[in-house]
Amino acid sequence: MTPATGGGAHDDTDESGGASRGGQAPAGEARAAGARKASPGSKRPPGSAASPRARNQSGPKSAQGAKSPKGAGLSKDGARSGAAAAAQVPTIRARVRPQPGGVPRLDVDGMLASERIIVCCGSGGVGKTTTAAALALRAAEQGRSVVVLTIDPARRLAQSMGLTELDNTPREVLGVDLSAGGRLDAMMLDMKRTFDEIVLAHTTSERADQLLANPFYQSLSSSFAGTQEYMAMEKLGQLDAADDWDLIIVDTPPTRSALDFLDAPSRLGAFLDGRLLRLLLMPAKAGGRAYVKMLGVGFGMFTKVLTKVIGAQLLTDVSQFVSAMETMFGGFRQRAEKTYRLLGAPGTSFVVVAAPEVAALREASYFVDRLETDGMPLAGLVVNRMHHSDGRSLTAERSLAAAENLTEHGEHPLAAAVLRVHADRLRLAEREARLRERFTSAHPDTPLIEVEALAEDVHDLAGLREIGDALAGDERLARVG
Amino acid sequence: MPELAAHAGRGVIRIVRRGGGAEANSGAGAGTVVAVTASERDRKGEKPAGPWRRRLHVVTGKGGTGKTTVASALALALATGGQRVLLTEVEGRQQIAQVFDTPPLPYRERKVASAPGGGEVYALAVDAEEALLEYLEMFYNLRSAGKVLGKMGAIDFATTIAPGVRDVLLTGKIKEAVNRPDGTRPSGLAYDAVVLDAPPTGRITRFLNVAREVVGLAKMGPIRSQADGVLAVLHSGQTAVHLVTLLEEMPVQETIDAVAELRAADLPVGGVVVNMVRPPLLGAKELRAARAGTLDGEELAAGIKEAGLEPTADLVAELAREAAQHAERVALEAAQRVEVAALDQPMYELPLASDGMDMGMLYRFAEMLRAQRMVG
Ligand SMILES: Nc1ncnc2c1ncn2[C@@H]1O[C@H](COP(=O)(O)OP(=O)(O)OP(=O)(O)O)[C@@H](O)[C@H]1O
Ligand SMILES: Nc1ncnc2c1ncn2[C@@H]1O[C@H](COP(=O)(O)OP(=O)(O)O)[C@@H](O)[C@H]1O
Ligand SMILES: [Mg+2]
Ligand SMILES: [Mg+2]
Repeated sequence: MTPATGGGAHDDTDESGGASRGGQAPAGEARAAGARKASPGSKRPPGSAASPRARNQSGPKSAQGAKSPKGAGLSKDGARSGAAAAAQVPTIRARVRPQPGGVPRLDVDGMLASERIIVCCGSGGVGKTTTAAALALRAAEQGRSVVVLTIDPARRLAQSMGLTELDNTPREVLGVDLSAGGRLDAMMLDMKRTFDEIVLAHTTSERADQLLANPFYQSLSSSFAGTQEYMAMEKLGQLDAADDWDLIIVDTPPTRSALDFLDAPSRLGAFLDGRLLRLLLMPAKAGGRAYVKMLGVGFGMFTKVLTKVIGAQLLTDVSQFVSAMETMFGGFRQRAEKTYRLLGAPGTSFVVVAAPEVAALREASYFVDRLETDGMPLAGLVVNRMHHSDGRSLTAERSLAAAENLTEHGEHPLAAAVLRVHADRLRLAEREARLRERFTSAHPDTPLIEVEALAEDVHDLAGLREIGDALAGDERLARVG
Repeated sequence: MPELAAHAGRGVIRIVRRGGGAEANSGAGAGTVVAVTASERDRKGEKPAGPWRRRLHVVTGKGGTGKTTVASALALALATGGQRVLLTEVEGRQQIAQVFDTPPLPYRERKVASAPGGGEVYALAVDAEEALLEYLEMFYNLRSAGKVLGKMGAIDFATTIAPGVRDVLLTGKIKEAVNRPDGTRPSGLAYDAVVLDAPPTGRITRFLNVAREVVGLAKMGPIRSQADGVLAVLHSGQTAVHLVTLLEEMPVQETIDAVAELRAADLPVGGVVVNMVRPPLLGAKELRAARAGTLDGEELAAGIKEAGLEPTADLVAELAREAAQHAERVALEAAQRVEVAALDQPMYELPLASDGMDMGMLYRFAEMLRAQRMVG
């Protein structure tokens, strides 16, 4: 069931971002990075002012009109004392969550320091892309040379990373703290282009042109369920072969099921290598006839029905396509298998991302099992967008009762409302914790880290740093007590 | 029954307690009826659009926003008062069966629920392969050959290599249900309305437009006539494509993109259903203060004390922090609502069922959609 917070929406196969809407250039980026450096060590004690990032950059989206800058109340009211003063300082930033008891912690910094390939997977909408980008930024700022391959990033996040063009080439991300000697490149996957590139790289330009113009090729390269996954793997193979980076972080396509990422390449490979395609290629040959005969229907009937259903033109396109592909390279399946082996090699880690929702955690569970079965190296689980309350000493029930009590007497409406907010949040936090526990009891040895939900979407480097800090359980942010 | 995340009085959602049947839209359900008003619309003084009187209601949205839930509630709403409605899905995921808590649907229309006033909701999980067999049988008397093709994976093959073929079969089946005659019913039609739990926003335009592509390719033959029939249903005022969204950035963005694409393809955009709405728990003034970090901590502490709790500095600070986060979220949602309103399509809202969905809640959602005059 859905938690009482958003973040439930997940993506689906074939979803692609549409046209860009309005310029929302991340004007605050350079500033944010500078500000971060300026406060050495970024000591941000609990309850201190909000992080230095330019919050709510006003684009078309910030329609709330004028508002005082965050933390404005701080200096003004800082003089006040006790409870009142503390109340002036809301912190919206994600804080490091206490590690749940008995659960091994995912060692993010260790992983970032040692691995060569990190694959972020999970069902759609849980924060895979965000996590991939946050990990990449963190590794780069810790001194590694990193490339992150993102797939369908949220538009504003893409813009803040300079990913304005789908040109399929990694580009340096600006605004990254390079003082540790690292570097960050990022790219967005363009599956059609990746497919085209394979074709172009493997044949004469004349044949390539023919193939690229083939309607069946066009439909396959832009819409076959699985092409995106296959091309993500293909691109990973290319980045790996280029050997330009210490660390490659790959995001995975917004599939419905997390497992699709592992299965789709072999599905596409099997499809293209498949018997049926071969059969279609040699309708005149006896082999084909015999095969069809075996199934107890005349060959004429077979082609007749197929032609009726798909149409003669399409059949011709298909056989043209297959023969062109065949001469070009030795089997899709082989290629897919090669990249698959890369995923199982030492130096690769999988990070499974989930939201604290039934469906997302179920998927995560399947994925963890599957990685184990396939001997793939699982680093651990990120439970993203969790809610937390430090005021657990005041239970939801007592908080609600107190609110009712105040309301009944018509007193202190502010306190009553705030107590309701608290009760709401506690219930949500409890629900999420229960769901997370359910996962842990099935997978007690899987390391995990919980990441707090930010109050707003993550769409700039400062936001990514916060997520990175939270992912690493960064001590600088750890709360006292 | 799960409690509604709705609060009387102020803000986005208003719970109306009804004694008699005085109000308009009197549905059959007695007791608590929840009316939801889009506050933006009220403020702008726009009148909500009248009910959508269409034969086919297509429901799309970003994944996970509640397409299946809304489509199901809409089917119940349409059936209320004695209509017969068919609810369909096309992605082979058996989601309708889950919502109505029935065993997986076969490729056969089956009654899954009754609606107040003698209404009936039937459901069908349309399957491309079955639709193809049906089609082969209908036109060529080729069912057995079709079966063989199925065994060979040829149908899988055909529907995979040419997603268009698959989608023509699926939309063709929907069209068939929309147009199916039934002389025994007063309307002369088997169904008074058909609701489609459709593919997500990223694919909806292509899915609905496939018939047009086919018309471009096939000049004649049964596929062509199938496609023509689909186009007729989609483009002759018989259809509305509704979108479901949450008040979050990515779903709203996808909704905006999808509306633009649908409009460009000349497909009839219907209403936008904002799902999982949570009302603000603080008043406007407090929300502003909470966001600005200027909530009156002393007053808060005094209130906590008055309620018999101990207002430690830590607790007060934490409560203020939570209030600030709440305020931040409310502000973000308000901004998203403005974006949705700018689409200038009628908006409807369904609250977050904080304890999850069940059949009782689904009926209440149906009632809410009627109360907002989405249908009825
Ligand atoms: N208003 C609501 N309040 C609470 N829970 C809801 C609400 N609407 C939907 N849900 C829940 O959210 C989840 C997703 O809803 P649903 O399955 O309808 O979405 P969908 O858009 O059809 O998803 P998919 O893209 O996977 O088909 C379900 O668990 C559903 O019960
Ligand atoms: N911890 C978080 N707090 C707040 N918002 C988040 C968080 N993680 C992700 N998001 C937001 O959730 C949405 C979906 O995230 P995204 O990374 O694109 O998911 P995925 O790649 O899994 O589909 C984005 O708008 C993103 O900004
Ligand atoms: Mg993504
Ligand atoms: Mg659904």
